[in-house]
Amino acid sequence: MKSFDYIRAAVPDEAVSLASTLPAAKYLGGGTNLLDLMKEGVEQPDNLVDVTRLALSEITELPNGGVRIGAMVSNTETANHPLIRQRYPLLSQAFLAGATPQLRNMATVGGNLLQRTRCYYFTDTNMPCNKRDPGAGCSALEGFNRIHAILGASEDCIATHPSDMCVALAALDATVRVQGVDGERKIAMVDFHRLPGNTPQIETALQPNELITAVDLPAQSFAGRSYYLKARDRNSYAFALVSVAAALEVDNNIIQQARIALGGVAHKPWRSAEAESVLVGSAPTLEAFEQAATAAFVNAKTYEHNAFKVELGQRAIVRALSTAAQEA
Amino acid sequence: MHIKIKRRRFGQLALLTTLLTFISSRFKAAIGQTSPSQPVKMSAQGASVSLNINGVEQTVDIEPRVTLLDVLRERLGLTGAKKGCNHGQCGACTVLADGRRINACLALAAQYEGVAITTIEGIADGEELHPMQTAFINHDGFQCGFCTSGQICSAVALLDEVAAGEASAVTDNIMEIEEPLVINDAEIRERMSGNLCRCGAYPGILAAVKEVQGA
Repeated sequence: MKSFDYIRAAVPDEAVSLASTLPAAKYLGGGTNLLDLMKEGVEQPDNLVDVTRLALSEITELPNGGVRIGAMVSNTETANHPLIRQRYPLLSQAFLAGATPQLRNMATVGGNLLQRTRCYYFTDTNMPCNKRDPGAGCSALEGFNRIHAILGASEDCIATHPSDMCVALAALDATVRVQGVDGERKIAMVDFHRLPGNTPQIETALQPNELITAVDLPAQSFAGRSYYLKARDRNSYAFALVSVAAALEVDNNIIQQARIALGGVAHKPWRSAEAESVLVGSAPTLEAFEQAATAAFVNAKTYEHNAFKVELGQRAIVRALSTAAQEA
Repeated sequence: MHIKIKRRRFGQLALLTTLLTFISSRFKAAIGQTSPSQPVKMSAQGASVSLNINGVEQTVDIEPRVTLLDVLRERLGLTGAKKGCNHGQCGACTVLADGRRINACLALAAQYEGVAITTIEGIADGEELHPMQTAFINHDGFQCGFCTSGQICSAVALLDEVAAGEASAVTDNIMEIEEPLVINDAEIRERMSGNLCRCGAYPGILAAVKEVQGA
């Protein structure tokens, strides 16, 4: 690992100012992803600004009926907080589907938003990768692309976003609160991550050195009518091949609101407007779920090794919706 | 190492410390907002870092890039925690930080100042093994033993997590927070999935955890 200076910031203003003035600075949260990439030489910061001791470790109710999660709350604490388990069980399920108890104890909500892809070619510094080295080329396009994207990818990058938490946050229409040198602003979760286009190295809507301070959940929680389903190569401790965050609001046997977000299929948590529009106004029947599942992948583009993700994704959507509809 | 406190008393102290740290961390937010403290800076060349390991304050001169695992193994001679994958994938380096299990290989030591670290060397009560250690022996929860320190630390933390009512991916009704957890084999397997065993001693590990958990 390349050497670096370490600064533990005491307040957010100071963290932002340090990160903006120090050369090649990065914020350090739980470190579970960043340190790993630093060991591989993928990340090579000159300065690490430790933000884990900032006062961003609370989960609080908002006046509008929503909930605010501080950026430095651990994945474990968020997953098990009574407000989250009872009001946003979809989010608890997504957290608990990811990583291991050890990693969830270390990893923060802010850090989880900024997870890098688990594309093997991104992590292997001997292979060309446009995300790591813009212009170098994409090794996955013609390589072993079994885990790669089938929606919204580009010829420059077919990597997927690895987070489970982010898929649930996208389904719940969460908002990310950030602080920069010019003050605070809010970014809708669905706009937070970017599609690769021809700049796959730019993964989020964050400006350089903006600090994530919190994630806000809206009052609509879909408690009792939501489900997070994760399909992976082994039953625990693996990234999603496909995951589905499904949520329904049903009244008089008609779906009033539907949310479908997919993981493991795109460069960002993928909200499927196509699937949602099929569902809204329909009765919650298997037939409607199957139509939604088909609609979700009409624009899918598969590669040599990942065509299986279309059928897997369709079946996962049907099952997630069926489970969500049975609850409550 | 040289300090002779009765280990049972030490266990109680450790529990109290953990509780106090937990409580103080709850109030840290409020304090942080009213009395901003100074940033802690550590240059790449290194500096002195104070760590609390198994109840003993230890000071080491290290570079910021040194992991907690390397401090334990290379500087303090605590070689119980193992370096398996060094990427947080195998769990052989599992230790407890304020009672919570973590991967010491992905932890910068500098980040853990003021946190109570417990390694496998601090799990027993003097000569008296922790019930989890005894259960691992009785159930042959290992073959080569390389993963065992991590497995036991992880299993000890599992007991506290279950006692606190924390859910796992296989917990039936996540919204139910009043009902006591039902800890069956599937729950133990899921909760131990961050610790790999290449010898395949999983049946013994499962039996050991099950016995101590009282499942």
